[in-house]
Amino acid sequence: MSGTSNVILSLIDRHYQRLLTEWLACLKRDAGIGGAQREAEAAELAKRFLEELRQCAAVAQSDDIHASEWAPLRDLLDDLSRTRVNQGFSAGETTIFVFSLKEPLFELLRREMGKNADDLAREIWCTSRLVDTLGLYTVESYSRTREEVITRQQQELLELSTPVVELWDGVLALPLIGTLDSARTQIVMESLLERIVTSGAEIAIIDITGVPTVDTLVAQHLIKTISAARLMGADCILSGIRPQIAQTIVHLGLELNVVSKATMADALALALRRSGKAVVDRAKSAAPAPPAE
Amino acid sequence: MAEIPILKIGDCLLVSIQVDMHDRLALALQDDLTERIVADRARGVMIDISALEIVDSFIGRMLNNIAAMSRVLDAVTVVVGMRPAVAITLVELGLGLTGVRTALNVDKGLALIRRIIDSEDPDADRVG
Amino acid sequence: MQIESAEEMPLRTSDDVVRVRQAVRARAIAAGFSLVDQTKIVTAASEIGRNTVDYGGGGTLRLELLRDGQRRGVRLTFVDQGPGIADMTMALKDGYSTGTGLGLGLSGAKRLCNEFDIKSAPGQGTTVMLARWK
Repeated sequence: MSGTSNVILSLIDRHYQRLLTEWLACLKRDAGIGGAQREAEAAELAKRFLEELRQCAAVAQSDDIHASEWAPLRDLLDDLSRTRVNQGFSAGETTIFVFSLKEPLFELLRREMGKNADDLAREIWCTSRLVDTLGLYTVESYSRTREEVITRQQQELLELSTPVVELWDGVLALPLIGTLDSARTQIVMESLLERIVTSGAEIAIIDITGVPTVDTLVAQHLIKTISAARLMGADCILSGIRPQIAQTIVHLGLELNVVSKATMADALALALRRSGKAVVDRAKSAAPAPPAE
Repeated sequence: MAEIPILKIGDCLLVSIQVDMHDRLALALQDDLTERIVADRARGVMIDISALEIVDSFIGRMLNNIAAMSRVLDAVTVVVGMRPAVAITLVELGLGLTGVRTALNVDKGLALIRRIIDSEDPDADRVG
Repeated sequence: MQIESAEEMPLRTSDDVVRVRQAVRARAIAAGFSLVDQTKIVTAASEIGRNTVDYGGGGTLRLELLRDGQRRGVRLTFVDQGPGIADMTMALKDGYSTGTGLGLGLSGAKRLCNEFDIKSAPGQGTTVMLARWK
């Protein structure tokens, strides 16, 4: 057991109730925890923290909180960060939980060692350092969780904004909207190919009416996707090419090598024809006398 | 040494490549197929690669060889079930599957073979 | 840049090439590659691995998992003591082959990776380095 852990262990053992009460008072004052429910939650959390701190301090070989003996306490802080991120708290609001423990700890140390300035100074420094590392760990844990949430949300946004639609039996449509960057285009194209496999659709209409500009990189992705679809046994029709984009394509010297139609409607008509389907006007064909041919 | 089973569906032969192929197996397959096309008077050969996570130039070569040999024996070759990741990689690799037609799955592959045989036009629906 | 892990594998038979593909796939997954990126590096490994066995008279593969800050990558180094490549420019061109192949091994593998390096000379064997980053 290390020196500081010893001291903290002893403080918690002998002054548990006082430590808890004063810590909660600091939290209430600094973190503005109001309302009976929030106070009860804070009290619960504080108790668990002190309990874990006590247990880890009892078996700890050193003050390095990244060592395995300190794992339960780290887990508790990870849980705390995760909850706080989901509840929308800031990093500061989350970490103050840990840092505000310093005040009651120092107060207790002063009471015990006040007569001996050297001892007091040393213990305050070591305790401060321990609490600081716990606080820093909490901030890092918070950041990690925040990043995971953001990444997940980005993914969901991506999926929502580029749906692949089944227009007809065997005909898929991918209406692209907005500016396409390389990463997004790649993801979108891959999901189109996946959808071709799962739906068994042999024709995919890629509509770029809603795309203001196409640069070389995006055009290359489009071309590669169309080639990949062909290799798999499906075919693509490009629709909605604006005049400006047509000019860009020619200027860039790109060979699109794919059938393209001005509108999605034209593309659908072609797709249906290729699938051997015909659209019939019921009114005309419901005439009482069969038309003379 | 494991052999790759060749199934007969009407006048077509179906081969499903399930394992990671190495040279001996690939050569054995090419030999077996050629024999079977003649023995069963097959008009179509379907190679199902839906279990393949990788198609490199070795496999590509094998597929092209099979297509070439079938053509000489008046049979149509269709490769089915290519995975998207494989297709994207092949495009990047610049690998051309010349003379190999493709379809999304076995059903569509059979339909394609039927269409080609019935129309008696060997250049219909060609890839590459 | 750190090397998080490394392993060496023999490349003497076509069964070894199969094992190499599986090992590279596992590393690519460990590095967090997307399915398409996994497929690309495993395919590149298969191309060069076959070369090592078929033309290099057998050799070894050094398979490394790399970390550069937040980025992770996979690096493959193929070494053989075979005849070596006489004309490098030709070998790196599309469609070149001394065997009966599509001859896309080197140039194709290069296209599939972020980093590519090759050292070879007649009678001095061949070393090919491939790397792909997430």
